[in-house]
Amino acid sequence: MADLSCKIAGIDSLNPFWLASAPPTDKKYNVVRAFEAGWGGVVWKTLGIDPPVVNVSSRYGAHHDQNRRLLGINNIELISDRPLETNLQEIRECRVEYPDHVIIGSMMAPIEERAWKDLAQQIAESGVHGLELNLGCPHGMCERGMGSAIGQVPEMVEQVTRWVKDAVDIPVFTKLTPNITNILWSAEAALKGGADAVSLINTVNSIISVDIDNMVPEPVVDGKGTHGGYCGSAVKPIALNMVAEIARTPETRDLEISGIGGITTWKDAVEFMSLGSNAVQVCTAAMIYGFRVVDDLIDGMSQWMDDKGYTSVEQFTRAAVPQVSDWNELNMNFDTKAVINPDNCIECGRCHIACEDTSHQAITMTDKPEGGRLFEVVDEECVGCNLCYHICPVPDCITMEPVKTDKPPMTWPEHPLNPMRMAAE
Amino acid sequence: MTTLQAKQVSKSGAVHGGAGHNDADDGFSDLHPAYSTLQAMAESNRCLYCYDAPCVTACPTSIDIPGFIRKISTGNPDGAAKTILSANIMGGTCARACPTEVLCEEACVRNVAEDTAVEIGSLQRFAVDHLMARDLPHPFKRAPKTGKTIAVVGAGPAGLSCAHRAAMLGHDVVVFEAKPKPGGLNEYGLAAYKMTEDFAQREVEFLMGIGGIEIEYNKALGKDINLADLKAKYDAVFVGVGLGATNDLGLKGEDFPGVDDAISFIEKLRQTEPKSDMPVGDKVIVIGGGNTAIDAAVQAKRLGAEEVTLVYRRGPENMSATEFEQDLAKTNGVVVRYWAKPVAIKANGKLMGMEFEKTELDASGKLVGTGETFDVQADQILKAIGQKIKTDDLAGMEITGGKIVVDETYQTTAPGVFAGGDCIKSGEDLTVQSVEDGKQAAIAIDAFLKTA
Repeated sequence: MADLSCKIAGIDSLNPFWLASAPPTDKKYNVVRAFEAGWGGVVWKTLGIDPPVVNVSSRYGAHHDQNRRLLGINNIELISDRPLETNLQEIRECRVEYPDHVIIGSMMAPIEERAWKDLAQQIAESGVHGLELNLGCPHGMCERGMGSAIGQVPEMVEQVTRWVKDAVDIPVFTKLTPNITNILWSAEAALKGGADAVSLINTVNSIISVDIDNMVPEPVVDGKGTHGGYCGSAVKPIALNMVAEIARTPETRDLEISGIGGITTWKDAVEFMSLGSNAVQVCTAAMIYGFRVVDDLIDGMSQWMDDKGYTSVEQFTRAAVPQVSDWNELNMNFDTKAVINPDNCIECGRCHIACEDTSHQAITMTDKPEGGRLFEVVDEECVGCNLCYHICPVPDCITMEPVKTDKPPMTWPEHPLNPMRMAAE
Repeated sequence: MTTLQAKQVSKSGAVHGGAGHNDADDGFSDLHPAYSTLQAMAESNRCLYCYDAPCVTACPTSIDIPGFIRKISTGNPDGAAKTILSANIMGGTCARACPTEVLCEEACVRNVAEDTAVEIGSLQRFAVDHLMARDLPHPFKRAPKTGKTIAVVGAGPAGLSCAHRAAMLGHDVVVFEAKPKPGGLNEYGLAAYKMTEDFAQREVEFLMGIGGIEIEYNKALGKDINLADLKAKYDAVFVGVGLGATNDLGLKGEDFPGVDDAISFIEKLRQTEPKSDMPVGDKVIVIGGGNTAIDAAVQAKRLGAEEVTLVYRRGPENMSATEFEQDLAKTNGVVVRYWAKPVAIKANGKLMGMEFEKTELDASGKLVGTGETFDVQADQILKAIGQKIKTDDLAGMEITGGKIVVDETYQTTAPGVFAGGDCIKSGEDLTVQSVEDGKQAAIAIDAFLKTA
């Protein structure tokens, strides 16, 4: 079994799988169960200054598929609603009882230097390995000037990070909100403020659904609803892009990254790490299935590493980053065509209708003399868009085959039809 | 007089009756229990929503199956029901009685992908039952009245389907039914475990909700009414009389008490309440290889017969009963004997049994007796060797090969007289085919009346 141990922001972890700051890490009881299940670390649910917040009843909304599988959850829960000292005492106990497991203290305060520094020091004294600055919650706390209200202003991100770095001598993770126009601005601000790593993404601001019987956004609190933070596998693509942008941009590429956003399977985790995450955090998958999902995360990743010949996670961390490029760097002379294997085809016709109605009319449907239907790609019409390949319910029935070409690679800036190029000549 | 008695059916006796049974089963409950919402959600999501789907092609009524299943999956079961009923107004019966394993479900691409079809019949039942359980207005509207009136002979699937579509198209309809209740074989000819909770009658009531249809009962063609009068009085006539007669074995003693047609046995059972009052033999022989033979054999066993032997003159692959139905007989404890033909009914004051001769195919492929015989004891014999048309009532129409001759518009050789269902040669003699015949005939009659 491959060695899954990793290091992020100077902190050694048994494995790259931490539970993100959220309800699953609210108290010792949960954290003990998580460590026993195999999680390498937890980011304790965000701590604030006493008196604790008060939460509302009805807190989660759901985005289901038609099989009632959860694609995403949104929540309107605030930070920890227990007294600070209660949380700190439990953190101390966990540190003693589970010395090999990582505990990061997540924190949030109003935009005041003293508030951040005092709270940071109090939490650091409980023995946490590091601090995570929650600058992301898009609901509730932002109305009080915290969470995303800070995270959306790069200057404040830098300022808060610096305050905390000055106050403590343990690693600091600045957690970024995706509810911004350009993730690089906040990442750069965190870097300038001295962050040892960034954690991203926090939840995506959202209204997840509407109760159409009562005409109220969900989750419903006594006849009203509000926007909340969206998470779960549905947000993974948004998170992957933001992680990759930070990892590939010269100004931010030195930041270590704790990747978050819909990680559900070991493969999701590998993808986050290949695009620049040094470790990952998980929440929704555990909320849906329980802490036991870590078993597959660990087992699946190590099995894959054994198959690929990787002996440490560092060997594939950031391995996909060099291949992430701007559109303008793509080869316009590359061509690929769909190929349908009739032996695997179950004749559902989905590729045909998708291509016929919404793409390039490149898949014909004809009756076979012996009965049944034959689906064939018209190479001259196929642009290699991948739609049929993704739609086909049968794995390996449709493959995308690159077309052999003698043409040298050519980017759009070099392309003869590019009007900008023609104007320059 | 028959000496057959109603049996005390013990629960334990019924439990080995096959799939879908439970402790509450009395031998007459649903063969396939209705889906729960959760089951419907899971199964509807197995549908791949094929384009130009093979299941639709395989359905004689061309129900938009992927379309209705998608509506179930999106939480729109009543919309799904309307999709079904717009193509097949008896979608509720067909969901219960269709041999889906040789129609839509046989064509399902999931058979190729994972060897298990989407359970289209169960999903169809879920949707139609959902709509019928709600006290909603009839889902279809009638076109403006045409002033024409159509006579329909027979209130079975073909006749009622024709009546409903004709009413939708704006015509008034008078249906003449020989029996005291409507529904035809849905009411009188299907095993009780396929049509629980008086479904055939509830379906007719629902169908009649369109308006413009009257049914006159106890009006038999050739006895109480005749074609010439109907032709004179109505703008068009549709004949959906089914097959009113049965084939005989041609053996001595066929009229002996205890020897009966399987179809009559089913009819009596369907009209007996409570069903456990239905008399049945201790040792029952059923002769035949179709779905009616299976219905009778399984039903006899479930009524408490000790031994039920189904005898068929050829092999299992030649049976017209589907593989599912054949398995149903076996799991219900019916002994199936292939390759044997009845040669004598044995009676000695009372029915004793039958003598059979073993059969085989000769070199030319012809079925012949081997000369070897065997006896099977029985106090009840049920014949399910096919039904045939009652020709004497159908004067004026050409009949060939035991079926009324129709053209591509379902018109018989008598102008203005149309026909459909089991009495014509269309597809298989199935409820679903009769519904399609009736629907298409109504459309043809509408065109006929517009040009007449």
